[in-house]
Amino acid sequence: MLMHQTNIQLRIVKDRLFLALVVLLSFAMIAPLLLIIFHIVKNGIGIISWEFLTALPKPMGETGGGIVNALAGTMMLIVLASLIAIPLGVLAGIYLVEQKKGAIATGVRLCMEVLQGIPSIVIGIVAYAWVVLSMGTFSALSGSVALAIMMLPVIVRSTEETLRLIPDNLREASLALGVPYSRTVLKVIVPAGLTGILTGVLLAIARIAGETAPLLFTAFGNPYMSLNVLKPVDSLPLMIFNFATSPYPEWHAKAWGAALVLVVFVLGMNFFAKVIAKRWKVQF
Amino acid sequence: MIRGQPVHTADRYMFKVSFDSIFKTALTAVGVLMLLLLAGIFVTLVADSLPAMKATGFSFFTGTTWDPVFKAYGSLVFLVGTLLTSFLALAISLPFSLAIAIFLGEYFREGMVSSFLKSAIELMAGIPSVIFGMWGLFVLVPLVRQVEMQSGVAPYGIGVLTAALILAVMIIPYSASISSDVVNLVPSDLKEAALSLGATRYEMIKKVVLPSARSGIFAGVLLSLGRAIGETMAVTMVIGNANILPTGIFSPANTMASIIANEFAEATDAVYVSCLIEVGLLLMMVTLVISMIGRYIMYRMKT
Repeated sequence: MLMHQTNIQLRIVKDRLFLALVVLLSFAMIAPLLLIIFHIVKNGIGIISWEFLTALPKPMGETGGGIVNALAGTMMLIVLASLIAIPLGVLAGIYLVEQKKGAIATGVRLCMEVLQGIPSIVIGIVAYAWVVLSMGTFSALSGSVALAIMMLPVIVRSTEETLRLIPDNLREASLALGVPYSRTVLKVIVPAGLTGILTGVLLAIARIAGETAPLLFTAFGNPYMSLNVLKPVDSLPLMIFNFATSPYPEWHAKAWGAALVLVVFVLGMNFFAKVIAKRWKVQF
Repeated sequence: MIRGQPVHTADRYMFKVSFDSIFKTALTAVGVLMLLLLAGIFVTLVADSLPAMKATGFSFFTGTTWDPVFKAYGSLVFLVGTLLTSFLALAISLPFSLAIAIFLGEYFREGMVSSFLKSAIELMAGIPSVIFGMWGLFVLVPLVRQVEMQSGVAPYGIGVLTAALILAVMIIPYSASISSDVVNLVPSDLKEAALSLGATRYEMIKKVVLPSARSGIFAGVLLSLGRAIGETMAVTMVIGNANILPTGIFSPANTMASIIANEFAEATDAVYVSCLIEVGLLLMMVTLVISMIGRYIMYRMKT
């Protein structure tokens, strides 16, 4: 009897210990997150000023200077990549919803899964081969092509998943009124799922805004201000990489500042997407 | 009746019908374009690595010397470096992601605590990899250096271990969120049956939940392994960029992704560029095989 009693107690103790271990390990994961945010804020906040956000970088040895070329470059890359990826991605998503079965649709779905899994540096190589080699120069355009390829799977999937939720009655009602198929899709189905598509677009932008690897040999970086799509541009992640791996403490400080700006932007984008998804949920 | 209206309607009707067919064709064209895009990526990579295949042949995969100056292109060092860092990262991350999976999928399915942890995971997944790399370079490297000094190995700070630590932190969100979904899916009758037989919750998790979620957890592990292998920036910044076979976990090394990141823009020789592209092709194949197996398992679980 006594044996039995201790055995149960041992099992209960084990159970409690296991719970404690699970809780401990789960929350241990938050430590690096807090540390990263703490270090970025601590080291980055001091350098951020109006000048930092609006001035060009100064050559080594001069104080001051900013990151405006990288900010402008990042914005330009995002806008260009979105211009390429949003129409294609949304149309491909519509195609997948309209063609539930069929060899091409299955192929496209598989394609998107494969594309999602391709390492970003490999996409950079492809954009280099396609755009940089044929134009003969590093350019914002080539960087945007690489980023657009990375945006596609996210947009296609979110468009398909959102539009799938829209009930058939809506489509049938519209078609029964004599509205042509294309107008039914563009004026009834897509608007009904617009917020879901928008969420996907924002998530895709958040995904590419911090990408560095595909830009290393496409957008390349540029210490001067450039708004020419056919010329190299700088971007925030590229600048962080170049500054952080440089041997100069002044540049390290700037890298922290740029990192703070980038993290605020990317996390803000994610947050924004989440708010939209929650507030204007696509439901029927 | 307004004169000319019937013609007008007919015109509009004609227009809509033709716009309809244009629209449908456009949709199909975009679908086909997506297929061509992926095919194009493959063809480009293969075609551009042909010169390297011709010049190096099979020794590309078995050679352990990578020295472009002497036209030696052996990529085995990078494959070893990649697999070593990735598997080490996986081993480090596994206890944590399993704990989070059990935490979110079994102990705290909803409520304040679980949504807090979920938000933290999402936040972590959103941080760009160059930021992880920078944090690793400025915060983790000095820490590892101190540990190395105390344990009497060469205090580089950078190397396989540092890269694996950063990678582990980066992949925890992925494997944790996939695994917790899977743990969540374990039918409650199974769990209740175990509990009603007198099992404690720990015994129930160990004997019922984990075995029945095993294949899904494995899929999550594979998918995060795929991510770790393809991860570039964070690894490039802390691995030390030494083109040698790593001699241990403190040794500097190079991965497939980081050699491309480091040398591609500077490569001038055509064969050199082609060899780097072949490394990229190899990297893509390794990632794809691993993540496709993972996705296949997930797909089979869902159906």
